Amino acid sequence: MQLLVNGKTLERPEGDTLAGLLVALGADAGRVAVLVNDEVVPQARRAAAALHAGDRVEVLTFAGGG
Amino acid sequence: MDMKSDALQLGTYTFASRLLLGTGKFSDTETMVQAIAASGAQLVTVALRRFNRERPSDDLFGPLSRLPGVTLMPNTSGARDANEAVRAARLARELSGSPFIKVEIHPNPQHLLPDAVETLAAAKILAAEGFLVMPYIPADPVLAKRLEDVGCVSVMPLGAPIGSGQGLDTAAMLRLIVAHSRVPVIVDAGLRAPSEAAAALEMGCAAVLVNSAIAAADQPVAMAAAFAQAVQAGRAAYRAGLMPRRAAASATSPLTEFLSP
Repeated sequence: MQLLVNGKTLERPEGDTLAGLLVALGADAGRVAVLVNDEVVPQARRAAAALHAGDRVEVLTFAGGG
Repeated sequence: MDMKSDALQLGTYTFASRLLLGTGKFSDTETMVQAIAASGAQLVTVALRRFNRERPSDDLFGPLSRLPGVTLMPNTSGARDANEAVRAARLARELSGSPFIKVEIHPNPQHLLPDAVETLAAAKILAAEGFLVMPYIPADPVLAKRLEDVGCVSVMPLGAPIGSGQGLDTAAMLRLIVAHSRVPVIVDAGLRAPSEAAAALEMGCAAVLVNSAIAAADQPVAMAAAFAQAVQAGRAAYRAGLMPRRAAASATSPLTEFLSP
């Protein structure tokens, strides 16, 4: 299935979870905030959060800023 | 001076330091970490950015967690309206675990001036959700009161446009905001020299938030230390009470007539 992850198309297996996607991306689960279709998904709910074709996922971290 | 009795109170938090630091524009992470340490800042801003495994240096979590006694204040930079700022704030809290949020909504990249209408709308929603809201605002005394009324723990008027280094262009308005505010007034943006930070504290501002002036200095770590000293001097001067201005001279030496024939 196709997802839109941080604005880019990404092919993932059917039944993939948000936690699975983060592992595939190489993201440290405790250091990223995640939105699926504009809704925040807290860390505790990511393992059970199934992804579906067409989902828009944003994975965010902290960078320098004033 | 007893610093404990002169702590900066923001919501339920107290800070000994009245210098807040931004983490943008530093040439490298190690310089940023050393500058924060040299500044003594205890409240430090960070921005949200899309995760990119190709740019691990983006991630400030590790470096900032090495600094003891530092609380993070994420900003909503990039938000163009209240809805985007609220969403960014909720994400940032999920990530930081900190209740502080710098509400920063500047739709025009040419001047980066804050949108007062959207900022007030976002602040109202976020304060009701329990955030400790620190809005970056134009130096407008009426807006400052409106933000105080909706529950902001501070107001952060600009001295001059972000990164401009034009100093306290808004000094007259800042004085009005200070005179009428019940929450701490923090000058955010526009400073270039430590003397400007001292001047802000002397006029009764509770703190300053500095980023470019330190990050873009020739020696950021040394400049961070200089700002820390200026902020302490300015605060001490404010507490000591400046003498009134006079239109005419007032002699400091006795004007006796022993030299007259």
